[in-house]
Amino acid sequence: MPVEPGSHRFRDAASSALKDPGLRANFRRAMDGLISKRAAQFADPVEWRDLKRLGSAIRARSLARLPELLERLEGRCLGNGIQVRWAETTEDANRIVLEILRSHGATRVVKGKSMVSEEMHLNEFLEEHGVESLESDLGEYIIQLDGETPSHIIMPAIHKNRQQIARLLGEKIRGARYTEDIDELTGIARRVLRKKFFEADAGISGVNFAVAETGTLCLVENEGNGRMSTHVPPVHIALMGLEKVVENLEDVPPLYSLLTRSATGQSITTYFNMITRPRTEAEKDGPLAVYLVILDNGRSRIFEDPELAATLRCIRCGACMNHCPVYTRVGGHAYESTYPGPIGKILAPQTDGVGARHDLVEASSLCGACGEVCPVGIPIPELIVRLRQEAAQPEPGSTVRGAGTGGSRGESLAWRLWAKSHRHPVLYRLLGLTATRLRRFIPGRLPVLAAWTSARSTPRPAARTLHELAKSAGVADE
Amino acid sequence: MSDGARARILERLAAARPKSPAISDFAVVARKQWAAEARYPRLRFLMEAVHSEFLEATEAGWPLAIREFLAEEGLSTLLYGPGTAAAGRLEAAWAAGTRPSLVAYDRPIESEDLKRRLFEDIDAGFTTTRGGIADTGGLILWPTPDEPRLLSLVPPVHIALLDSRSIHNTFWEAMRVEGWASGMPPNALLISGPSKTADIEQTLAYGVHGPKRLLVVAILPES
Ligand code: SF4
Repeated sequence: MPVEPGSHRFRDAASSALKDPGLRANFRRAMDGLISKRAAQFADPVEWRDLKRLGSAIRARSLARLPELLERLEGRCLGNGIQVRWAETTEDANRIVLEILRSHGATRVVKGKSMVSEEMHLNEFLEEHGVESLESDLGEYIIQLDGETPSHIIMPAIHKNRQQIARLLGEKIRGARYTEDIDELTGIARRVLRKKFFEADAGISGVNFAVAETGTLCLVENEGNGRMSTHVPPVHIALMGLEKVVENLEDVPPLYSLLTRSATGQSITTYFNMITRPRTEAEKDGPLAVYLVILDNGRSRIFEDPELAATLRCIRCGACMNHCPVYTRVGGHAYESTYPGPIGKILAPQTDGVGARHDLVEASSLCGACGEVCPVGIPIPELIVRLRQEAAQPEPGSTVRGAGTGGSRGESLAWRLWAKSHRHPVLYRLLGLTATRLRRFIPGRLPVLAAWTSARSTPRPAARTLHELAKSAGVADE
Repeated sequence: MSDGARARILERLAAARPKSPAISDFAVVARKQWAAEARYPRLRFLMEAVHSEFLEATEAGWPLAIREFLAEEGLSTLLYGPGTAAAGRLEAAWAAGTRPSLVAYDRPIESEDLKRRLFEDIDAGFTTTRGGIADTGGLILWPTPDEPRLLSLVPPVHIALLDSRSIHNTFWEAMRVEGWASGMPPNALLISGPSKTADIEQTLAYGVHGPKRLLVVAILPES
């Protein structure tokens, strides 16, 4: 999606979200629940520390060997009978998926949850090309019915309450009556979707971890729709961002444990599905053909910067958004990016440009909660600060997309003045004297600080500067 | 297109100089240990917490226990994969009488109207398991040509046979002790309970796509 430089999209969307008490209540309730369930999982601080260290080390090792591991993964997959395709952009990935579907004459697709497919806007693309593409994760199914995008990467329909969902299913599904009973609502979706699994020509899924050592694609889920999408139709297409590879099979259990405990506070999900081959000759079911599509979409560019490359460690658990005070108040849609919350704040500016998504880089109070809970140790607050710098005053040789296009003129003027005053003692003293002596004349609302002073009192300088106070207290100068 | 893309992507990645990582220390996983006799009770406790049901039986008695369970619950068809030792035991237990009916998954899913029957007529599917996991609760399944993948997925009730002495401490330990990395099957699974969702208001609802019930038939040592 092209974005205007210096856009205020987040600020505008956030203001309207803040005025919606229903939305805020839905998020608050959900986030509180997720926070306490996760906390119960990591009640032992020593285990948390050690497991987080291990998870961080595994992901860092996978990235340190990324090109080699991707080639190994590809080799293993091919050896196992899984075909591999590479896509630089989401357009390429969409085209690849369509070609595969056409080569099998597939027109009806069921999908498991995949954030990469959200990056690709795959459903719209396939619909435009005459392929029915149906989300089968309950949350994804609900928002697809309503023509929306996910507001959370794990719980896509978290912004809706049961009354809204009841109305939606009652209106959109033939033969369904209005009910607010969650078991009945789930039953309605089950009836529709089982028929779709039965009829589908192909299934599409994401990948949580891809193991280079064995060529195994791992999928984490509770509903069983992922297994339905990958085992029932004759063709399975798995979509992965290129960072999802891990080196060894034994790297998977610690990451899986960190993922489920951080995401939903479960020690294990209902299903952990490890796919290594299409149906073998003697088998009676399973897909006859399996494809793996490896997507770049800006990731290799992020990888070029040794510090920002940590962004690619992400295992998409959603803990950073669950703990984010900003996300909790404005919800996921306000970010207008595939990945909302803290991970979105560091990812979207790098893929779309730090200037173009400067609104996201700024949408943080830097409270540090995200960095603390991230199970793979991504220093999100530090990366946000780094991206702010890259937007305003990039490092020489910066590889960050849109570096230097994000700072506002007022901001850079203020910093220039600040720097100058700290280099010139006379100017510094003059400014200090002006601020202290004229403090009574500072108006209650400052136009340059309009947003700040709209809800807070204007900061008022002290009557005397620190230098003066120090001098009168007898502190020696120099 | 894909080949050019592959070369360009790998070239860009190879040009970067990523930071060298810290050592991966697996001690935090390795130290999770339970006494052999404590593993099954722990697994049962954890799996019951996520709505799995348990039926305890002896080595000699489990096939009949399953048959009685089906009759009591009014489940009239059980799909199973012939060819395993456990399947032979089931067949023997069904020798006297045909109700509830025992249906063999003995041909490809595309044959005749097997797929439709699987989706519409079958009440329960039977599988063996390779073992369990004490740490989190959970069963290990490796579907095989004899025991196809959909047996544990499509029927509304999944009945899984577990030897209570085959429970590993952790998932990590299971894959290492059994050397999975040197021979992964086409599909391997961990299953901890019946299918569920919390996508509506964070409220748990069971049986969303896969089985609505998971019955673990645990074989306990006779003593
Ligand atoms: S950045 Fe960390 S906390 Fe956020 S989704 Fe990724 S892994 Fe989870």
